[in-house]
This record gives sequence, C-alpha cells and structure tokens, in this order.
Amino acid sequence: MINKVVSNVSEACKGVDSGMTFMLGGFGLSGIPENSIAELVRLNVNNVTCISNNAGVDNFGLGQLLQKHQIKKMISSYVGENAEFERQMLSGELEVELIPQGTLAQRCLAAQSGIPAFYTPAGYGTEVGEGKEFREFNGKMHLMEKAFVADFAFVKAWKGDEAGNLIFKGTARNFNPNMCGAATITVAEVEELVPVGTLDPNQIHIPGIFVQRIFQGEKYEKRIEQLTVRTRN
Amino acid sequence: MALSKEQIAQRIAKEVKNGYYVNLGIGIPTLVANFVRNDIAVEFQSENGILGMGPFPFAGEEDPDLINAGKQTITALPGASFFDSATSFSMIRGQHVDLTILGAMEVSQNGDIANWKVPGKMVKGMGGAMDLVASADNIIVAMMHTNRAGESKLLKECSLPLTGVNCVKKVVSNLAVFEVLNGKFKLLERAPGVSVEEIKAATEGDLVIEGEIPEMTF
Repeated sequence: MINKVVSNVSEACKGVDSGMTFMLGGFGLSGIPENSIAELVRLNVNNVTCISNNAGVDNFGLGQLLQKHQIKKMISSYVGENAEFERQMLSGELEVELIPQGTLAQRCLAAQSGIPAFYTPAGYGTEVGEGKEFREFNGKMHLMEKAFVADFAFVKAWKGDEAGNLIFKGTARNFNPNMCGAATITVAEVEELVPVGTLDPNQIHIPGIFVQRIFQGEKYEKRIEQLTVRTRN
Repeated sequence: MALSKEQIAQRIAKEVKNGYYVNLGIGIPTLVANFVRNDIAVEFQSENGILGMGPFPFAGEEDPDLINAGKQTITALPGASFFDSATSFSMIRGQHVDLTILGAMEVSQNGDIANWKVPGKMVKGMGGAMDLVASADNIIVAMMHTNRAGESKLLKECSLPLTGVNCVKKVVSNLAVFEVLNGKFKLLERAPGVSVEEIKAATEGDLVIEGEIPEMTF
C-alpha cells in the first residue's frame, strides 16, 4: 500500500503559493473542499486562478477568497448568487472566463487522462467560440477545447482510505472525480478516513493513483444554498 | 387569457412522452415535473449528477449532498443514479437525453436562443445551457411572450449574446405554441381566449399562420 495520508490541512496544502492555478470541486456549495478553502484563506495566497463550476456565496466557499481579493481569475460556468463576485467582475478587478459546464468537466477529464484537446459542439456560434479553432464533423460544427493545466486540485469526498481511494455521496460527487489527477498535486479531503481494506474495491469511485494527499476534514458545515421542502398532507 | 407560468408548464408537460429522459432548466421548466402524467415512465436528469430526480424532501429530511442544478434540495426516486459532471454531459452531448426544456430571454425565428448574459448588467453564466442546446435534438423553450417593457421576445434576430444557434424546435409562451420551421415561427396553438391578431401584435419575428389555429388543451 502506498500511503497518501497527511496529518492535517496545512500539511495537505504544503507548496501552495501565490500566482498558482487551483481546481476546486463542488457544485454550488455541495461537495466543496471546505477545509482546504479555509486554509487557502488563512495562507493568504493571492493572484490565484481558480477553476471551479461556481464561485460560492458571499461569505462561504470561494466567496471567502473573493472577499479577501485573493483571486485574480475565475474559470467557471455559473457565478450567480454572489454579489461581491458580480461587483469585482463588473468593475474589472476580477478576470472571469465563463465556459459551458460540460466543457469545464471535459477539460478536467482531458487533463486527468492525458488528452491535450477535444472537440465539442457547445458554444459554437457564440462568444465562447471566438478565437477558437473549429471544425466540422458529421455535418456539424465543433470547437476545439484544451485540457486544463493546474498546480493543485482540491477535491472533497465522503469516504477515503489511506491509499487515497475515494467514494463520493449523492450529488456532492459532481466535478470532484473529474478533477482528481487533473493537476500536478491532488489534495483530497474526506469526511471519514478509514484504514485500507475497509472500503469494498468494487465500490471505489476514484482509485488512489489519482490522489497525492488525503486527510480527514476537521469539520464540515455543508451549508444548503436553496432549502426547498414539501409539507406532508 | 394569457397563460400563467404554471399553465405554460402544464401545456409543455403534454410533450413529455413515455420512456423519455428529460432535462429541465431553471424557472418555468422546473414546474413541468408537477404536471407530467403519472401513468407514464419518465426520468428527470439534473446536470449536476442525478438521474431519477424526485420531489422536494419533507421538512427535516433535506440532505446537503442531494441537490438539483438550481441548488435546491431534492430527493432521489427508486432506480435513481448519481454520477460525476463529465458523465452527466456525456448523457447530454451524446444525445441520450430525449427532451430538453429551458427558459430564454430571446428566441429568433431561425432557432437561435439567448439566455445567459445581458452585457454590462447581468452576467451569471451559461451553466449547462450551451452544452444542452448544442447537442439536444428536441429542445422546447418555455418563456413569457414579451419582456417587462412589453416588447416581443420572439424576434427576427436575437439582440443578446447567443447561447446556441439553430437549435430551438418549439416555443411555448403565455400566448401561443410555435414550431420553429424554415426560418419562421409557425403558429400551432393559441392560449384560450387569445386571438391570432393579439399574437401577431405581440410577435416581432415572422409568423406562418395556416388555416384555423386551435386553442390549447391541457
């Protein structure tokens, strides 16, 4: 067994520096690497580029890095629900690259799997396609999109073992598996870290080879963005 | 009478057929699930990673690890599955999803759609909309016919930044149902009590009106 365990979040973030590019898993606030984000805030790294589907809300998730002006550029598909983000973007303080959600996922997957570029129809004929190579396949136009290049990927899983094997829960899975192994160093934080041999190999979502460092998060707030319920009749 | 948002959703629900996998956008499209017949088998896909999405949870049973693409808490029905974002968009781009229903700010008569950006004002992003409209074979737009200023949202050409080109097949507005055909809006049905003249007056894009236009049924 190759042991991937680090003792805490500060050891997990060793080597993180200003000016780097980070990938961060999560959809909205679901499945975000809460502990790693808190450490990035504490380390006060700045001028960073963040690849993340969303930008958190004003006081939680990536919104915390935005409040401290640590982010130079965001690469996302949807950034509503964050007033400070909108302010920094419209004033030009924050560089923003909005890309289609499926393209974002596939650019992560391409980086994970050693595919430098791929073609997708998403965004052809829109401003997303401006300046990009395009090509016709089967009578339909496609854009060439490139794999991401990133220094760190921060992902969050439900359970993980000492070998870095990961299991996700519900829709908190989202971009997390696609970002594993897509950066130079992948840091996985888990709600429950177990000894090897505990997890059923049939049920592993991400094999440990894609993970360099794993730790159990100290606590998880798991904030709900839009609480919607029905009443019993 | 022009339709309410619920009635637009109710009319669109008639387009959902037995055996369909359906992706619903945010807004009016989300309401469609409430009106689908319960004697047919339909599965709803949410692009953040669930197939077999169920209704909202009962109070106290909400799970932060179980949300839809609108970030609302949901439930999973028996037979549901969870998956990562890349797999989700393989379902979408690979045309495994049978029907996509989404909202729009503008639709043009050649089937272009704009729904993600108002330059200088509103920039929330496209989310999964560009992937959906670029690949789906069967796209229905649910929208109010006019904007708050009373101007037509069914146009000759979109004025806002596009989400996709040549992709919308059908539009259900609060006034009428249209098929996008040969670069024009072909009028198929009228909202109950809404005249063809009223629809003409509210539509900037070119219309095709052939014979008697029936009223919608629900």
